[in-house]
Amino acid sequence: MHVTRGFTGRPRVPDAGLPPGQYDAGDDWPVLSAEVTPDLAPTDWTFRVDGLVEEPRTWNWTQAHELPASAYEGDIHCVTSWSKFGVRFGGVSLDAFLDVVRPHASATHVVAYSHTGYTTNLPLSDVTGGRAWIAWEYDGRPLPAEHGGPARLLVPHLYFWKSAKWIAGLRLLDHDEPGFWEQNGYHARGNPWEEQRYSGD
Amino acid sequence: MTDTFAPTTRFAVPGRIAVSNRAAAVWQTATLTEIRRETPHASTFRFAVPGWSGHLAGQHLMLRLRAEDGYVAQRHYSIASHPDDTGHVELTLDHVEGGEVSGWFHTVAAPGDTVEVRGPLSGFFAWPGDRPALLLGAGSGVVPLMSMLRQHRARRLSVPLRLVVSARGPEELIYAREYGAETTTVFTRTAPQGVPVGRMAAAHVAPLLAEQPPGGWEAYVCGSNGFAEHASRLLVEAGQPVDRIRIERFG
Ligand SMILES: Cc1cc2nc3c(=O)[nH]c(=O)nc-3n(C[C@H](O)[C@H](O)[C@H](O)COP(=O)(O)OP(=O)(O)OC[C@H]3O[C@@H](n4cnc5c(N)ncnc54)[C@H](O)[C@@H]3O)c2cc1C
Repeated sequence: MHVTRGFTGRPRVPDAGLPPGQYDAGDDWPVLSAEVTPDLAPTDWTFRVDGLVEEPRTWNWTQAHELPASAYEGDIHCVTSWSKFGVRFGGVSLDAFLDVVRPHASATHVVAYSHTGYTTNLPLSDVTGGRAWIAWEYDGRPLPAEHGGPARLLVPHLYFWKSAKWIAGLRLLDHDEPGFWEQNGYHARGNPWEEQRYSGD
Repeated sequence: MTDTFAPTTRFAVPGRIAVSNRAAAVWQTATLTEIRRETPHASTFRFAVPGWSGHLAGQHLMLRLRAEDGYVAQRHYSIASHPDDTGHVELTLDHVEGGEVSGWFHTVAAPGDTVEVRGPLSGFFAWPGDRPALLLGAGSGVVPLMSMLRQHRARRLSVPLRLVVSARGPEELIYAREYGAETTTVFTRTAPQGVPVGRMAAAHVAPLLAEQPPGGWEAYVCGSNGFAEHASRLLVEAGQPVDRIRIERFG
């Protein structure tokens, strides 16, 4: 391994919560979207789940809020190397939406897409079993637009580009289909603990 | 595949190129050959990377430094040099107060030192030199845009290119000597006598959208998140379609 002359780095703070190659961004929450932040009011927001399901369905803001509330408290990890600890998101578990549409047994993957047209792909097993949310609150307040408000997908155990901002829908598929960053060289799954940043990692 | 999924919404930012996944996966040794001061807070670092597969203007790379105990710090940097500078890449780094990686570059690094890089990464902000380019940058956000400008010059491209670059003052303007008639400079804090001081505004952007080239502009915006939000809003207000605005935020 290659040692950089004269480089010592920050004091090591052993942190079991920090995946390899990541650093703690503290109070910062960098914004890294590639597109113009959309001007999307809650009343204009909709969320659709379709594809390989029994009963495709679209929820509006009010209908989505009628589902049981669910919160995530924990860490998030961005592929650009920052992690953020102890964040609190509020919304609804994705399981609640999937229970309504009833996925076919043949469904293996999803494409999540945004109101901007951004897409990202995930194995279905990564967004079920209490591991994914549609989130509209951050730290007890409405999610800011630049962070994906009115509502974003939240899949905190994967790199954060999987947590599509301004979420518009999920399509269930029987195969994997690369999304926006995945077509641009990023890893298909994006597990921070295995440092799956770019395809080939 | 029969049912390739396309969202019903407009695709905001189609990628410009397919990227080489192989190049992106391999760490290579980069040898520092030259350091050039650009401003009191920014310098350009030139590296020899013999195995560099080449890049397109606008792409970035990942760079890592390793301490003796194996501790690693890695960051993303835009590539400043143009694609025809074979076997070399140049990066321009701001000296971030207390910055782990930029701090090493600005206080320790010397020609002959080696670091590791992988890339080029990400196709979406790349400019292949094909379509008219309208570039808006602030601070070190001008770095990937300079790669585009340099390519435009090196290849004597006839496709229109315009750059609007914002800096705190003339002494903070990176690449100050390299700009030509294609560039408008905006100073936000201090300016030479007779030059207005202020934020990038509609007055800088609207005239460029009024003189649209055939087929319109591809807009590239780069800088801090605050600048990116502001500049992209100016573009939208001046009539640039949102799906032809690409944004790179130095998060
Ligand atoms: C796609 C992309 C392209 C980029 N291109 C460029 C470029 O061309 N030029 C350029 O200059 N930059 C660029 N950047 C930014 C660059 O990646 C780094 O973020 C920047 O150089 C700062 O890194 P650093 O290690 O010097 O600072 P860091 O050590 O990351 O510090 C940044 C800030 O956070 C604080 N901080 C972070 N972690 C800790 C910690 N553990 N303890 C205490 N404080 C902490 C620091 O004090 C400082 O204020 C780019 C970023 C992206 C995403």
